[in-house]
Amino acid sequence: MRKEAGTHLPHSSALRKVLHYLRHYRIRLALSVLFAALSVALTLYIPLLIGGAIDCIIGKGAVDFGRIVPILAKIGVCAAATALLQWTMNILNNKITYEVVRDIRGDAFAKIEILPLKYIDSHAYGDIVSRVTADVDQLADGLLMGFTQLFTGVMTILGTLIFMMLLHPGITAVVMVMTPISLFVAKFISTHTHSMFRLQSETRGEQTALIDEMVNHQKVVQAFGHEEANLETFEEINDRLSRYSLRATFFSSLTNPGTRFVNNLVYAAVALAGAFAAINGSVTPGLLSSFLSYVNQYTKPFNEISGVITELQNALTCAERVFELIDERPQVSDAMNAELSLPVNGAVSLENVHFSYDPLVRLIEGLYLTVQPGQRVAIVGPTGCGKTTLINLLMRFYDVNDGCVQVDGQDIRSVTRSSLRRSYGMVLQETWLKNGTVRENLCMGKPDATEEEMITAAKASHAHSFIKRLPDGYDTLIAGDGENLSQGQKQLLCIARVMLCLPPMLILDEATSSIDTRTELKIQDAFANMMKGRTSFVVAHRLSTVRDADVILVMKDGHIIEQGHHDTLLQKGGFYAELYGSQFDE
Amino acid sequence: MFQLLKYLSDYKKESIFGPLFKLLEASFELMVPLVVAAIIDKGIANADKGMTVKMCLLLLLLGVVGLISSVTAQYFAAKAAVGFAAKVRKVLFAHIQTLSYSDLDTLGTTTLVTRMTSDMNQVQYGVNMTLRLLLRSPFVVFGAMIMAFTVDAKAAFTFVVTIPVLTAVVFTIMLMCIPLYRQVQEKLDRVVLSTRENLTGVRVIRAFCKEKEEREIFEHRNGELTEAQKFVGRISALMNPVTYIIINTAVMVLIYIGALRVNRGLLTQGGVVALYNYMSQILVELIKLANLIISVTKSVACGNRIQAVLEISPGMTFPDETQAKKGDPTSVYAVEFRHASLCYPNAGEHSLTDVNFRVKKGETVGVIGGTGSGKTSLVNLIPRFYDVTDGEILVDGVNVKKYTKSALREKIGVVPQKAVLFKGTIRDNLRWGNANASDEDILAAVTTAQATEVIAGKKGGLDYEITQGGSNLSGGQRQRLTIARALVRKPSILILDDSASALDYATDAALRKAMRQTEGHPTVFIVSQRTASIRHADKIVVLDDGKMVGLGTHETLLQNCEVYREIYDSQFKQEPVQGGVNRA
Repeated sequence: MRKEAGTHLPHSSALRKVLHYLRHYRIRLALSVLFAALSVALTLYIPLLIGGAIDCIIGKGAVDFGRIVPILAKIGVCAAATALLQWTMNILNNKITYEVVRDIRGDAFAKIEILPLKYIDSHAYGDIVSRVTADVDQLADGLLMGFTQLFTGVMTILGTLIFMMLLHPGITAVVMVMTPISLFVAKFISTHTHSMFRLQSETRGEQTALIDEMVNHQKVVQAFGHEEANLETFEEINDRLSRYSLRATFFSSLTNPGTRFVNNLVYAAVALAGAFAAINGSVTPGLLSSFLSYVNQYTKPFNEISGVITELQNALTCAERVFELIDERPQVSDAMNAELSLPVNGAVSLENVHFSYDPLVRLIEGLYLTVQPGQRVAIVGPTGCGKTTLINLLMRFYDVNDGCVQVDGQDIRSVTRSSLRRSYGMVLQETWLKNGTVRENLCMGKPDATEEEMITAAKASHAHSFIKRLPDGYDTLIAGDGENLSQGQKQLLCIARVMLCLPPMLILDEATSSIDTRTELKIQDAFANMMKGRTSFVVAHRLSTVRDADVILVMKDGHIIEQGHHDTLLQKGGFYAELYGSQFDE
Repeated sequence: MFQLLKYLSDYKKESIFGPLFKLLEASFELMVPLVVAAIIDKGIANADKGMTVKMCLLLLLLGVVGLISSVTAQYFAAKAAVGFAAKVRKVLFAHIQTLSYSDLDTLGTTTLVTRMTSDMNQVQYGVNMTLRLLLRSPFVVFGAMIMAFTVDAKAAFTFVVTIPVLTAVVFTIMLMCIPLYRQVQEKLDRVVLSTRENLTGVRVIRAFCKEKEEREIFEHRNGELTEAQKFVGRISALMNPVTYIIINTAVMVLIYIGALRVNRGLLTQGGVVALYNYMSQILVELIKLANLIISVTKSVACGNRIQAVLEISPGMTFPDETQAKKGDPTSVYAVEFRHASLCYPNAGEHSLTDVNFRVKKGETVGVIGGTGSGKTSLVNLIPRFYDVTDGEILVDGVNVKKYTKSALREKIGVVPQKAVLFKGTIRDNLRWGNANASDEDILAAVTTAQATEVIAGKKGGLDYEITQGGSNLSGGQRQRLTIARALVRKPSILILDDSASALDYATDAALRKAMRQTEGHPTVFIVSQRTASIRHADKIVVLDDGKMVGLGTHETLLQNCEVYREIYDSQFKQEPVQGGVNRA
């Protein structure tokens, strides 16, 4: 979010976009505004009627029942009409707000699905999630308050002034002169509390960070006997926090008494002016009573409006964040509807590929690679050497900066992403499972798989035996990113997921890193079976798992520095031999 | 929640005077309609300007006195609430630090953090609002009614009917909405889940070309959320119109009865105005009260959650100084497991079963086994992070339960599996091992831990600021620093719980070499999945499914331990014991 200096309406573009979403609802919006105006007018008319009724009650034997009854009937009708109008208006506002917000949220999510991976990788998930949820919610609250309170508030103020003017300009003048005091008091308090709130929330943040750190890692704290030291730090922050918090709480709680006091001032002034006017005969006691209830009605929206405006500003700031996401440039759209001709043979080649995530940091430069159909390619090298990047390029999660990646001689940018990706089966180190049953997860790549097919795949990946022991077997719900499973079990499920759909090419990025070596050995056979006749790319940390590859690529700093079979590479005595040796070295 | 209130005892004065001043303010407010009635009945009716001015000054005075009392009340309420919260926070934090590992496992640290932060804030808010409003609102409502009775008892019966009806309507609508809001929250959680999943699983979702399905799922959930929001919106939208009708009906009845009474000379015109004013006061206060009750209910729920944590008595007790034993210096064995078994609370199966072995001082012990075989559980018993369910653990010849907490843990340096560092300089972090360590001590530990280059590569060396969670260091760097942290302590027992997993093989080897040369010859436990890391240990414990299936040196185990041989073969297949050849 960039703050531009000197802009008068920093939120004007966000506002325009919100209005754009509102355009489908313009008829309902117009109705809502009309109903609001009508209900405000009626609300203001009722005190006048009550005043009229009171004027019919002058004293003993001097009550004009002939006039009172029709007035009371009118009050009843007006109140009923107002209530009906208010209710309809509320329902309209609800509908407009929640549906607009639904549309915005839907668009934001749709954008996530077509954003380039680069955006998603470089932004914190929490931030994007809060844009789609918390920010949109805040926008909804703001819109709803804006519709229901801002508009009726302004109407009430204007309406009251007009009614009062018509009734008695003199007393109205008294009210208008005193209005600014109320605004001034509210403003004074809010500017002064703002800095105290900031101090409070900063200190609160500091304390939360400490709590977060120390409670989450309580085991380490206890292992090193650091409890006392923690408590001291905590108390120091806690004391500061309670000092700031007291100030912030106290000063902010002055708003109500403060404005109430100003209201009382206005009330007293109107009572005085009104009573004098009544003594002079220019005002009846009933009218004075109407005036006094107007004063009460009139000052309330002022307090509300300042709240609503803050809320609206918040809402627009949040809207801006949502629109930033919606307006983000999507990934390059697929070239026409060209499909990769199926079935894929699995010849993969990289021609003079240049790629880097950050233009300032060079990574892959001038990379050539030719893989024959059915070859098993292992990629090894130290962390950060570009192994995972290569996979990002093969799957077209990222586009090359220069050169091209080809499958069966076709540039992968000339075919649809889905046809390319369907040709690969992928198992990553990060075991991601969907919230859902084990079955749903396994059948992700092949929703129409039969029970037998699924169980065969699970058995091949040695996942069947632990799935059977889960509380509901294949129907066990995997909750919260698989908290109820161990890392190794999750990895087995990811392997079974791919074994079930068996596409013509495979990518295994540290696919067995969390599985202990004994189990790994057992599923090696299944892997070998699976890779038979399929072009496969295997990234591994454990060199023992790559020994059987047809070709081993040794990568370092974005380059393939060695290439060949295990034995030849060992004999060569280069980087690979060094890496391999350190497994045994003392 | 209510047991928590004892922490309010330091603020007795504030907790009593706060509401009291609030009541004072409310009483002044209740006098206003009477003054207005007097203006109409006496001032205007008798054209008495002096009287009118006096009455208006009285209105002003009521305002001023009201202001002073309410400011005083707000101050007392804020002071009591803030002080109360600070105290509870401190007590809670101190309490959490006494909880045992199993307590922490059962509770989960995330909920503890929530309780200390957002729950705590809600409780503070609740206490503050209760002190300010809980007495005031009912007081104004019933005060208005009583004042109405003083004006005219017959007409005041309108209040007796109106107040219960209004209360019923306001509370029914609110109570109906609470569960509906909860449903909205649940639907929102589903939307959050969808969004989150599509970010964390973006690669898998795109690899399986599931974008369209995911969008449909989201649209469905989003639609459900909107429907739920609209539904609760329709019900809560009833509040204003319905109360508006009730209040106006009451006013109509009030005016009619008033008219009858005035006609018979039993009531004045000003009296009718006063009654009307009282009627308008009650609605606002009732709505405030209903809102307050909702937030107090929330606060009580939060308070209960805090209380629940405070009620957990630490699951592990240590003997105090006078009863504690010191280690036996003559003991040959640093650590002994005597038929030790461990079953975590709520777990169906034992994590360790009948483990039995002894380790001499200065020996290096390797612990190996598959995932979930109980390696970490085993070493966690030595510093008494968990208590055995059966059998016993001896350190320096004395049962670990006989040591004081600090005496036991000061002997032991632990490098946990997950490399956790804290916000602060590298020096601060390493001093966790020993608060009095000199820079030389620290640097010596750093050298052993192969972390010299980590420090050399950072601006400021030991003064380099580590960010929270250590995110400005790589996994390997963090791991080496956590090893150094344990070494700074110069422990007599050092436990490395799979601590070399983020290190490449070469660094791992160098680390083990350096450790053998450290002074003091600590007894070392190395937990690992790699046979390479432990093959030179004096003793290797092989675990399978919580049982010790092998104990001995690398060579003997290769001969007589099936599980060990399998593990070894899985890592060194095709290359039977010929490591030296690859030295290249």
